Amino acid sequence: MRLERRASVPWTLAVSTPFVAIAVALALSAMLILAAGVNPLLAYVEILRGSLGSRLAVTETLTRAVPLVLTGLAVAVAFRARFWNIGGEGQFYLGALSVAWVGHNLISGLPPAIGIAVLIVVGMVAGALLLSGPAYLRLRFGVDEVVTTLLMNFIVILFVGLMIEGPLRDPLAFGWPQSVPVDKAYRLPDLIPNTRLHIGLLIALTIAGIIWLLLARTVFGMEARALGLNARAAEFAGVSLPRTIIGVALLSGGLAGLAGVIEVTGVTGGVTTTMSPGFGYAGIVVAMLAALHPAGVVAAAVFVATIFVGADAMSRATGVPSFIADVIVALALLTMLVALLFSSYRIRR
Amino acid sequence: MSTVLRLDRITKRFGGVTANDDVTLKLKEGEILALLGENGAGKTTLMNILFGHYAADEGTVKVFGKTLPPGRPRAAIKAGVGMVHQHFTLAGNLSVLDNVMLGSEPLLRAKSRCEEGRARLLALSEQFGLTVDPDARVLGLSIGERQRVEILKALYRDARILILDEPTAVLARPEAHRLFDTLRSMTRQGLSIIFISHKLNEVMAASDRITILREGRIMAERTPTETSSDELAELMVGCRVTRPKREAHAIGPPRLVAEDVTVHLDGKPMLKGVSFTVHAGEILGIVGVSGNGQVALGALLSGVAAPETGRLTLEGREIGGQGPRAFIAEGVGRIPEDRHAEGVVGELSVWENGVLEHLATPEFSTHGFVRRGVARCHAADLIKRFDVRGATPEMRIRLLSGGNIQKLILGRVLAAAPKVIIANQPTRGLDEGAIAAVHGELLSAREAGAATILISEDLEEAVGLSDRLQAIVGGRLSQPVAAERADSRRLGLMMAGVWEELGDAA
Repeated sequence: MRLERRASVPWTLAVSTPFVAIAVALALSAMLILAAGVNPLLAYVEILRGSLGSRLAVTETLTRAVPLVLTGLAVAVAFRARFWNIGGEGQFYLGALSVAWVGHNLISGLPPAIGIAVLIVVGMVAGALLLSGPAYLRLRFGVDEVVTTLLMNFIVILFVGLMIEGPLRDPLAFGWPQSVPVDKAYRLPDLIPNTRLHIGLLIALTIAGIIWLLLARTVFGMEARALGLNARAAEFAGVSLPRTIIGVALLSGGLAGLAGVIEVTGVTGGVTTTMSPGFGYAGIVVAMLAALHPAGVVAAAVFVATIFVGADAMSRATGVPSFIADVIVALALLTMLVALLFSSYRIRR
Repeated sequence: MSTVLRLDRITKRFGGVTANDDVTLKLKEGEILALLGENGAGKTTLMNILFGHYAADEGTVKVFGKTLPPGRPRAAIKAGVGMVHQHFTLAGNLSVLDNVMLGSEPLLRAKSRCEEGRARLLALSEQFGLTVDPDARVLGLSIGERQRVEILKALYRDARILILDEPTAVLARPEAHRLFDTLRSMTRQGLSIIFISHKLNEVMAASDRITILREGRIMAERTPTETSSDELAELMVGCRVTRPKREAHAIGPPRLVAEDVTVHLDGKPMLKGVSFTVHAGEILGIVGVSGNGQVALGALLSGVAAPETGRLTLEGREIGGQGPRAFIAEGVGRIPEDRHAEGVVGELSVWENGVLEHLATPEFSTHGFVRRGVARCHAADLIKRFDVRGATPEMRIRLLSGGNIQKLILGRVLAAAPKVIIANQPTRGLDEGAIAAVHGELLSAREAGAATILISEDLEEAVGLSDRLQAIVGGRLSQPVAAERADSRRLGLMMAGVWEELGDAA
């Protein structure tokens, strides 16, 4: 038995790959649910009901999907150029923290729209700068960015802890470790009144469109892709490796930082060390399920958000721990990797 | 002599393409059989079926009278078949001994029987005159040495039938001679050998019998004594192919000039004070045995490597070390040595590869956006003008054969009407038809006034195309000689580094 590369991957196969992967992941997770003594179908129905069963549930799911779209895009942009940014979580937190710091009282008095724009820039710059370090180390000394970006996550989260216990502590939070909140004037307006869904959804969708345009239609996007697929040939053709990698890193870090900005200004107001249920890491799953395609990122983000939001309701109804959400999402990444292999290779006997 | 191997009515299809069509082949004991054919004739597919990499759609493989189960390389190895692939399958970070023993030991044994393995390897290397150092790391070995390790690996597994896929494609001429001497001595010790080739002179020189494959079918079988290179060429290609000839014409002013240039790669000096001048409308051939600085020269001339000392000027302007983009912008067209590694991005489409070099120019982009329509038309033009067979602008370029990829690269270079062309081993691994096409294009670019540097290990090609020749030896360049005065004796001396006493520069 051996693997033979397909001459070309038909688009039907490419599109169906993530669905097959998700189905397999759900089937595997079903065994765990069964082991917990619950009918898996019932559990999955409860997940769907919890995440999509009511107007409020749908808005909650979309609210959760917003940062996932952005961290997913961050990963997609980087992975296309074979720049392995595993540090989305850290960039998310640094973006969030910088916005809490600047947005609390440093820029009071600006018109809301301008203030929000300033915060977006601040958070993106924070995320971008954080990733430029690993990018520089990779280019200058060949340091593997998987290691540096991954380890930076822990440093940043501890730094956030330090800040919200110290200089940025919210004195009104009754000892709860939370940062000072962003000025009320600079919160993102609600998209639907009386829900948590905010205009960050529109921002994320717009950004996804822009990223699609950038990757599919511009010189930068094509050069980044060429570099990812065959760095030597791309360099021979005149693509600058340092410039492209730095560009990709700034963009990727900026997007993950933006996710933090949107989450703070749209949902939480202040920063806590538990505000992200792994948005940065889940971004990797989202991007892989999307096969690194921006439109797919949006769909995959909604899927992951559905699982996360629905798992809590399912847990209440059936008693299966909501950690099953993490299991499903993690399994979906693994099955997607296997499915990608089988979509580009076929088995020959 | 008994028949040791029999392929019976083998047919293999890939999708709609029939790679092998009803092929029957016999190999006798102690014989060297050459399998001759163009790229894509189905030689490698046939050998992969024999070795069990592929399962045939129809037909059987019999080794020493026993039918092999299809698609089982282990069964083939056990039956005594050994294969040396064109692209070696060695682990670079392991020693020679480790590579040879790898996979031949049972998985569940606490201790490797390393000492027995070493003794056996040394005995084999003695018996067949294949000298290797068992403890050397494969990474540090030359191509020729790596091939010896591959052969030893097969022998270590008790191969009685050896298959070599294009064994000389990567070897310099003296190494190739040595290889064939070794193969000959192996047959005297009872081994039987099949080697795949598309080089006429070597199948004439080294084989007992020649089977010619074309479009997946056996066209003919000959012995070297009853045939000629011309007949073989005709059988192989299907029609007579003649390489185009260079015609004398007036050359123009100097275009690309190197003065005393030294280039370091990985901190080591690989080019040492080389000087040359190439004029408009001229082809300057750089000949030499591989590994004498051609890689560094190619890197310098394509903008990848910068001169450590000395000057490289294009029409009087310094250009050395300014990066590939500056070279492209200045009108230097580059055909890289390794078309898969440097020439194209295999997973990108034909049109994307066609414009990658010129993406940043106003012709193919505005305000940072790629002009996809223009780029697709450009690719369609290249495909038509340079006869890139089987290509459409949208398909991924890795699906094309090596020769057709090379035609696209050539087209990409020539369509930009370059002032200078750097052709680094432009026909390596191509079949006769494609070689003739590439030569024709290079010659018509010369007619049009391009200054060309041709780096080639193929002497016939270098002498046939070049106006003047320089030899590269140990990172240094000889004085140039006019092609008319470059007889084989003089070239041989030049390539051996004996040029001081020849004196007379052209």
